[in-house]
Amino acid sequence: MPESRSAILQQIRAALGRGPLSDAAAAALDARRPAHPRIAVDDDDLVARFVTRFESRSGTVARVSGVDAIPAAVDAYRQAHGLPPRAAVARPLAGLAWPAGFIHHPGPAGQDEQMSVTPCLAGIAEIGSLILASGPDSPTTLNFVPDHHLIVLPAGRIVRHFEDAWTLLRALPGGLPRATNIISGPSRTGDVELTIQLGAHGPRSVHVLLVADADRATP
Amino acid sequence: MDVSSPRFKEKAVIALADPTLRQALGQSRKGFVNKRAELVAALPEFEALRDQARDVKNHVLENLDHYLERFDSAVTAAGGHVHWARDAEEARNIILGICERVQARTITKGKSMVSEEVNLNAALEKRGYTVVETDLGEYIIQLAKEPPSHIIAPAIHKTKEQVSDLFEAAHGGPRKTTVADLVTEARLVLRDKYFKADVGITGGNYLVAETGSSIIVTNEGNGDLTQTLAKVHIVTSGIERIVPTLEDVSLFLRILARSATGQETETYTTLSTGPRRPGDVDGPEEFHVVLVDNGRSKMLGGKFQDMLRCIRCGACMNHCPVYGAVGGHAYGWVYPGPMGSVLTPLFVGLDATRDLPNACTLNGRCQSVCPVRIPLPELLRELRHQQHQRGISPPVQRRALGVWRFVAERPGLYQFANRLAARALKGLSGRNGRLRHLPFASGWTALRDLPAPEGKTFLELWHARQT
Amino acid sequence: MPRVGLFATCLMNLFRPSVGFAAAQLLEDAGCTVEVPMAQTCCGQPGYNSGDFDAARTLAKQVITTFEGFDYVVGPSGSCMATLRHDYPKLFEDDPEWHPRAAALAARSHELLSFLTDVCGVTAVNAAYTGTVTYHDSCSGLRGLGVKAQPRLLLGSVEGLQLTEMPDAEVCCGFGGTFCVKYPEISGRMVDDKLANVAATGADTLLGGDLGCLMNMAGRLRRQGSKLKVFHTAEVLAGMATGSGIGIGDGEH
Ligand code: SF4
Repeated sequence: MPESRSAILQQIRAALGRGPLSDAAAAALDARRPAHPRIAVDDDDLVARFVTRFESRSGTVARVSGVDAIPAAVDAYRQAHGLPPRAAVARPLAGLAWPAGFIHHPGPAGQDEQMSVTPCLAGIAEIGSLILASGPDSPTTLNFVPDHHLIVLPAGRIVRHFEDAWTLLRALPGGLPRATNIISGPSRTGDVELTIQLGAHGPRSVHVLLVADADRATP
Repeated sequence: MDVSSPRFKEKAVIALADPTLRQALGQSRKGFVNKRAELVAALPEFEALRDQARDVKNHVLENLDHYLERFDSAVTAAGGHVHWARDAEEARNIILGICERVQARTITKGKSMVSEEVNLNAALEKRGYTVVETDLGEYIIQLAKEPPSHIIAPAIHKTKEQVSDLFEAAHGGPRKTTVADLVTEARLVLRDKYFKADVGITGGNYLVAETGSSIIVTNEGNGDLTQTLAKVHIVTSGIERIVPTLEDVSLFLRILARSATGQETETYTTLSTGPRRPGDVDGPEEFHVVLVDNGRSKMLGGKFQDMLRCIRCGACMNHCPVYGAVGGHAYGWVYPGPMGSVLTPLFVGLDATRDLPNACTLNGRCQSVCPVRIPLPELLRELRHQQHQRGISPPVQRRALGVWRFVAERPGLYQFANRLAARALKGLSGRNGRLRHLPFASGWTALRDLPAPEGKTFLELWHARQT
Repeated sequence: MPRVGLFATCLMNLFRPSVGFAAAQLLEDAGCTVEVPMAQTCCGQPGYNSGDFDAARTLAKQVITTFEGFDYVVGPSGSCMATLRHDYPKLFEDDPEWHPRAAALAARSHELLSFLTDVCGVTAVNAAYTGTVTYHDSCSGLRGLGVKAQPRLLLGSVEGLQLTEMPDAEVCCGFGGTFCVKYPEISGRMVDDKLANVAATGADTLLGGDLGCLMNMAGRLRRQGSKLKVFHTAEVLAGMATGSGIGIGDGEH
């Protein structure tokens, strides 16, 4: 309601004892780009830090020699978990040489979907998390609906801090995507007696395919 | 939500006598406290991050009008809608209006304390909507028809057995007895709801002025399913939850989970920026943010402005020995523990909440862990001051204070009275060194003996010795 | 020699003068001249914490005036001394006459043990105590004044004394001034939790730096029939912890 908007703004200004900010003051606020303290991440090996932290929250990681090896790695995971040869596979990965008989579709993921394979924007070494940008090439349902979420992460895409990930986000063609998902492991809950249980609502298992060949790895 | 704070004492005594509650609370809180302590010890930057978080929040509050306007424009530019609600009723009406327009039937909800604050569920249910809480803890207490007892872990007061009972009654048997089976059962039941939902309502941990994004932080992923699968996503958030830029978001992400649950990060952090875009195959068709004032703007510029820094992490209650003894329900409204003892009187009035600021030893442990350094004990004392000024502190207390002041203002009388008391109490105690009953100090002697004085006061002994 | 005005806290003055004598001796051993102004009463904290800021101000003025001439004001209580150090300046925030005086006093006010170590540089005392002790960190001293290492440092120098830390030593004992009489049931649970932690150490003596907390814990111990000894830390450090402790009379040996 427009009158509520102005009433609230007015009340705020009255409480602060001033009128609306001058244009100059507003422009100064808009230009503000703070450099807050960060958490020291001086490990030379960002990959190792990423893996240790991601695994500490029950995420799993498989190292893959190159983009071409992704289908085999997915299939190995599928078989190890006794899953049918079917997955929601995000579009950028659809063109890989998937094994015969492996059915895949670009999403969205429906209620019966058991497995998905998606790209990601980056890994964040600071806390060992992945950042995914939604869009036609990365539908959000693939990240939350299936029991098993496989994420392709080129080793060269692991950045140090959140701030480095924001830089990548801001550089996307449409600016920030509709949904930006920072994913740090499988879904979990501690709501019953603080006993950690995986697979509360989202994936029970989040598996990273860490692609070694950084140069070619831009799926 | 109804306010039952006037019955604090009564409810506290009932809670104290409940062994199940004691068991549930004891375990869970220790976990939070210990895990936080470990992480903080391992993070040399933590204190600097807290300082910075406090400063950013203060900066936002000083410029709140500006950042709210920026947020509004950014959401609109992303194709979303911002609604401004002066009070709870306006917030409810806005949301009811949206639900009616899109002819909603099923409404899923991620955890949102603001929706509890504005009593949203009751209003929705009254209009015939099916409302399903999807956070497991919220779901449990929705089945139990209880309010949350903790802002992060709403069902922290429930034991596994109690959850088994609730699920058995709601879902039919067979009864599940392990945590794993209980969680799986809830997962199955709620899956259907997400896909059926017309409207998904979530809270907003942070609203980013720069990008128009609203952010939720969860472990379960329920909030994401709620907001992704429903046709319409509504965010409810207090106006103070604004942060200027993504850089500020990183700052708060570094302290939130560590303070709240003792995790380095929670599992999911999601920035939602507008509705489904061209080419998208999923995501909500509409994106709404309801900015709720409900008394917040009145806290600005006054003695309680610091409270608006609160990021709802729950650390203060995890570390509060009073909360630990009586649990969250005794506080009688949405927000329990130290932050609730400040907020509840400010939101619902001093009269109905007289006990809340007083039921505290001012031990300061809450302040020592608050990630945005809110001086909670000081704010509680300020509320006591306002009670005193308005004449609504208990008459017994006022009379006792009056006598104390009269005597303490007069050193001669004070020394005399003390000498008398030292002798009288010593006499009453005989050679026991303590008193079991003292009529005018029954609050003390109900549970404790009163160690007896030695017979003479320090001042008289000291000066006798000097001369 | 620094001239120290000893702040005789209400509870010490009425219930436990030996703590005052212990404090005076420790201060003298550290090279201070100790005086105890007769005109002193209460620091005003009961009023302040009950929201009666006006009464607190009146008493604060009295304390400020009484102790203005001393180099230092020292008291055997973290709680009272935190009031002088932190709350007095706040109480007179808007008073141009009294604020500087309050701030000046605050800067010279210290809790006993932190004064001995941090200001006088004392690292050891000349005392003996036979027993296993555990130490409760009273909240105002701990969080208000940073009293944590100082008592432990000095207790470490007491001959024969063994210190065993209890779990949750930093958690409130449930005293909280008027809180313990206004909410006896909650306070009772808190003190019982505290005493369970004390018992878990197997110590025979409980120490602390604030008589309010000590009387609360001792009072509850006595009600439970426990003979565990309770002393103010200063009594042990001054070698004056010779009796059976707070809440046990001479008739009970
Ligand atoms: S008051 Fe501080 S500790 Fe308590 S919930 Fe708010 S931010 Fe967290």
